[in-house]
Amino acid sequence: MHHPLPPAPGVGYKPQHYADIMADPGAVGWLEIHAENYMGDGGRPIAQLRHLAERFPISVHGVGLSIGGEGRLDPDHLARLKHLCDWLNPASFSEHLAWSTHDGAFLNDLLPLPYTAETVARVADHIDELQEMLGRQMLLENPSSYLAFTESTMTETEFLAEVVRRTGCGLLLDVNNVFVSATNLRLDARQYIADFPMDAVGELHLGGHDEDEDDHGAPLLIDSHGRAVADPVWALLDDVLARRGPAPLLIEWDTDVPDWSVLAAEATRAENALSRAAERAAA
Amino acid sequence: MTDQSTFRAALSDPGMPVPPTLTDGTGRPAGRRFAVYRNNVAVSLTEALIDGFPACYMVLGDDQFRGMAAVYLRAHPPESPLMARFGMALPAFLDAAPQVARMRWIGDLARLELALRDSYHAADADALTPAMLSAIPPEDLGDTRFALAQSLRLIRSDWPVWSIWQRTRDTEAPQATPGAQDVVILRPGYDPAPHLLSTGDAEFIDALAQGSPLSTAAEAACAVAPDHDPTAILTLLMQSNALIQAPGGPR
Repeated sequence: MHHPLPPAPGVGYKPQHYADIMADPGAVGWLEIHAENYMGDGGRPIAQLRHLAERFPISVHGVGLSIGGEGRLDPDHLARLKHLCDWLNPASFSEHLAWSTHDGAFLNDLLPLPYTAETVARVADHIDELQEMLGRQMLLENPSSYLAFTESTMTETEFLAEVVRRTGCGLLLDVNNVFVSATNLRLDARQYIADFPMDAVGELHLGGHDEDEDDHGAPLLIDSHGRAVADPVWALLDDVLARRGPAPLLIEWDTDVPDWSVLAAEATRAENALSRAAERAAA
Repeated sequence: MTDQSTFRAALSDPGMPVPPTLTDGTGRPAGRRFAVYRNNVAVSLTEALIDGFPACYMVLGDDQFRGMAAVYLRAHPPESPLMARFGMALPAFLDAAPQVARMRWIGDLARLELALRDSYHAADADALTPAMLSAIPPEDLGDTRFALAQSLRLIRSDWPVWSIWQRTRDTEAPQATPGAQDVVILRPGYDPAPHLLSTGDAEFIDALAQGSPLSTAAEAACAVAPDHDPTAILTLLMQSNALIQAPGGPR
């Protein structure tokens, strides 16, 4: 049996922060790792993870399973995920609503899906297979979208609710992804939050995005995880917490990774947002 | 409808049109929004090669490395989501790449870097201690077989690959002179380090790696270097935690 993630701030773990985290984690109550970085046979990555897991609840976040892929899930990769979850016994396992592998080639990006009955069936089958293999519930993360499919017949929140209904999986709500997708596709982010199947949410993500423009000069936000969380995303988080109450809240910073003090300050800001939500819930 | 074969084909070839069912959310063609995905794929995989082969990147320079990486990505896309294993075919690719034909050693430099990365992620080992080694009766020593740590890697090159690698890390290091070099990568703790070997030492390790007993390995070394004494290399292997306890091996 594993303990759930605490409703506290977490950070995406980067090896360069190992000594700082062990010395003084500040507001950070748990850590998230990318599964694919811990699938070697040994050496420093595995040793560090063992030490971290003695002190912190760990969330394993997969970035390469290709749950939305048209092909079958890679049995070798499923076995690697199972091996990692078996020895580490993490507090949580999550993956993305996306595809990244096709015809045996891994494309190293989270690619988008049309929201149709056919896609629901495929994604649900893959989640069933994964959950059965791991013997645990997984959390599915909403994507950052840069484009839409004309063939989509449902909204993203309808799609996610249907996958939850069929598979019993939980959801990982990435608030930055909501802001990025809503801006890019001219949707109402607050309505998206209002429509989100919040009872299924087991974890929240926050990250930084870059600003670009499309061919028509319309804003095009890129989910880069390379800077501090933007103010409108913090504001949207308050909407989420008002509906959900305090939840495990991750700060992701994957490129141009800053010094620990900068990341720790983001975690403190997350802790303040969680405290305000807890006070409101108690009032 | 845009299936994933169509999406992927357009992703990998900027000359192909953006699939028409992809839009901006208001019905207009996706246009450069699709380029975000094209860019993510090409840039992230190229960066993974730069991270994995920093010495090759340094000697080729940014432009030539990225140009070479683009060709490599089309021929050898990653077969798994494990970026730590991406680039396994790069040494052979570089051996045959006409763009780098004047650097005939570049494939071996990539082999050295790949071996360093493999060693970093290799399984930890229960190393043989000096006490275990000295407990072997002298008369049995010649027949003793040692297992080698999985983090050990032997590179035998026709080129001065160790000297070239050193120069990419330290501009004060001596200039490489022509000639073959043999290198062993050892990982005493968590940090793999390459060591330059004599030909005799390389033959000795090669023989041990193939499961030969100590006397046979020593003979193999003497066959190429008549005065070879295995004491020094055996000591280095033991101090680097490269000799491990094996079933049927010394206890």
